[in-house]
Amino acid sequence: MSGHDVAIAGIAYWSRGLPSWAAARDYALGGEAVADAPARPSPQLLPANERRRAPETVAVALDVALAACQAADRDPAELPSVFASAHGDMAITDYMCQTLAADPRALSPIRFHNSVHNAAAGYWTIGAGCMRAATAICAERASFAQGLIEALAQLAEGSEAVLLVGYDGPSAGPLSAITPSEDLLGGALLLSRAANTSAPRLRARLDEGAADAGGALTRRLSGNAMATMLPLFDALATGAAQVRLDAGSGRALVVELTHG
Amino acid sequence: MPALAIRAYTATTALGRGREAQAQALREGRSGLRRNDFGAHPLDCWIGRVDGLEDAPLPPAYADWDCRNNRLAWLALNQDGLLPTLAALVERRGAARVALVLGTSTASIGATEEGYARLQDGRFPAELAHARIHQPHSLAGFVQQVTGLRGPCVTVATACSSSAKVFAQAARLIAAGYADAALVGGVDTLCGSVLFGFNSLQLVAAEPCRPFDATRNGLSLGEAGGYALLERIDAGDAPGALQLRGYGETSDAHHMSAPHPQGLGAQLAMRDALARAGIGAGDVGYLNLHGTATPANDLAEAQAISALFPDRLHASSTKGWTGHTLGAAGIVESTVALLALERGELPGTLNSQSPDPACGPQIRFAPARAEIRYAMNNSFGFGGNNCSLVFARA
Repeated sequence: MSGHDVAIAGIAYWSRGLPSWAAARDYALGGEAVADAPARPSPQLLPANERRRAPETVAVALDVALAACQAADRDPAELPSVFASAHGDMAITDYMCQTLAADPRALSPIRFHNSVHNAAAGYWTIGAGCMRAATAICAERASFAQGLIEALAQLAEGSEAVLLVGYDGPSAGPLSAITPSEDLLGGALLLSRAANTSAPRLRARLDEGAADAGGALTRRLSGNAMATMLPLFDALATGAAQVRLDAGSGRALVVELTHG
Repeated sequence: MPALAIRAYTATTALGRGREAQAQALREGRSGLRRNDFGAHPLDCWIGRVDGLEDAPLPPAYADWDCRNNRLAWLALNQDGLLPTLAALVERRGAARVALVLGTSTASIGATEEGYARLQDGRFPAELAHARIHQPHSLAGFVQQVTGLRGPCVTVATACSSSAKVFAQAARLIAAGYADAALVGGVDTLCGSVLFGFNSLQLVAAEPCRPFDATRNGLSLGEAGGYALLERIDAGDAPGALQLRGYGETSDAHHMSAPHPQGLGAQLAMRDALARAGIGAGDVGYLNLHGTATPANDLAEAQAISALFPDRLHASSTKGWTGHTLGAAGIVESTVALLALERGELPGTLNSQSPDPACGPQIRFAPARAEIRYAMNNSFGFGGNNCSLVFARA
C-alpha cells in the first residue's frame, strides 16, 4: 500500500525559546533559540480571562492549532481536527489525585472538566465556533504517528482538510517519577487534499522496525512525551525525503516528504 | 461508507457478564444500580458496579497491568466467544492487518489515585509503580499485549463519546487501507475522579437516575466494558448479519460541560450518520439515547430527536439499568442497539414514570417488540463531543 499523498498546507510549532515554526526551522538549520521568547503560549482564540486560566497544555495546543490554520489561510471553524497527546495535562492529574487523597469533596468543578483528555479539542471547537468533528487520541510514544494515521484516514474518507495537533506538557508531583515528561511542546499540521499547491507533500505507510533519531529539534526536547513527533519537524525543516516515526510495538510510520 | 460486518460483540456491566445477562435484565426491567458502596467515604448516590472485580486479579503473566480498569477489560474480553472469534480473524487476516481502537475516559486513573493515597516518602508503593498503568493508553496497551494485535493501536479519549467514536475511527482505518478488521470497544471503571468530579458539577442524583422523567435530577455513575469485532464484508455473509452502516461525529462549539441548549451538535451528528448509512430518519426502528438523566442533557437531546424523527420512533435511555458508564457508554449502548436489532426487543426507560412535556413522543418509557432493520446509538461527551452510529441487519 503506497499511502495517500496530501499537502502540508500549514505547519506550526511552539516550545520555550522557539515560539514559532520560523524560529524552530532556523534552529533546526543551525540557528539559536530566541532569547526574549515568551515563557508561555498565548492562544489568541480564547477570551483574555480564559487565556490566562487555561491549562498550559490547552494553551500550547490552541496556539499551534491557530498558527497552522493561519499559515494555510484556512478558517478554523470549517476544519475537522485530531488532537494527540500522550498524557493530557499531568498538572491537573496531579491536582485531582492530591485533592482526592486529601479532601475529595473539595474537588474543583472547572479542574474536573479540564481533566478530560479532549479538553484542548473542546476549547478549540468552542473558541473557533467549529461544529466539525474533533477527536482526542493517545498511544504512548506512538501518539503522534497514530494521530497522523487518523488524519490521513479522514482525508482518504472525504474530508478536504484536517488539522492535526500534537502536544504534551511536563509531569508533576509524585507522577514525575513514574511517567516523566519535561517542558512544554506543541506542533500542528494543516493537511489538505488540494493538489495544485506549492506546499510540501507527505504520504505515510506502516512498516516494521524502529523510528529515526531525529535532529536538532528532537535532541533539544527529547524529554517531552511528544518528542516522538519531532523527527518529522526536523525533516520538514531540513528538507529530508523520508522519516520514520514511532508507531508503537516495534513498528514505524514511514513518512515520505516532497518539498515544494 | 462501505458497510462493515460485526463478527462479534459483547458487554459486561452492573447487569452481569456478557450479552445474555444484558438482554435478560433489559427484558425483566431489573436494574443493576445499587446504593453507592465504592471507596472509603462514599457519596450518597447510586452506582452501577460490576461484581467480583476485587477478587479477580489479572493472570500472573499480566501482573504489571493489574488495576480495576484492566481487570474489567479482561473480564469483558473473555465473554461471548470474543477471543476465539478474534483468533480466527487474525488467522485469516494476519495480526498486522487488525487494528485495535479502544475508548475510555479515565483509563486506569483509579490506580493513580490509589498511588497518591498510599504514597511512601512521596513515592508510589512498589506494586503500583508501573508506568504503563498511569497513563491514558493503559487500556489499549493491555489489550494489545493480551491479543497480540499489530495493526494501528490507539486510544480514543473524548470523554463519554469515546467508545462510540472508536467505531468511526476503525471504519476509516479499514476504508483507507490501514487495516482489514478492527477490535473496537471501551472500558471505564468507577474511581474517585468521576464520582467526586461529577459531584462537584452537581450532576449526581441521590436516587437511581430517571432519564427524561419530568422530575429527573441527575445521573447515576456506572462502570462497564465491551468490545465489537469489525471486518470488511465478505461475499458469503449470511442475510440478517449485523453490520455497522454509518457514523456521524460533530462538536457543539458551545461549552465544556453543558450541551448546546437545542442539541444542535447532536442533531448534526445524527444527520451525518443517517446520510452515511444512506437511510432516512423514518427508517430507524430503535434509537438508544445518550439520556444521562441530567435536566439539561436530556432536554437538549429530546429537542434534537423531535427535530429529526417522526413520532413513531422508539427511543429510550438504558442508563437506569447500567448507570452512565462514561467512556464505555458507547460500546455498552451499541450492544443494546445490536441486541434490539437481533431480537426485536426494544427497551423502555427504566425508573422513569412522568413524561416531561418538553420531550417528544419518540421518548418511550415502556418496552416494545418489533422487527426492525436499523438501530441507532447516540453518545455525547464533555467538550461538546458528539457521535451517532447506525447499525443494520443485512
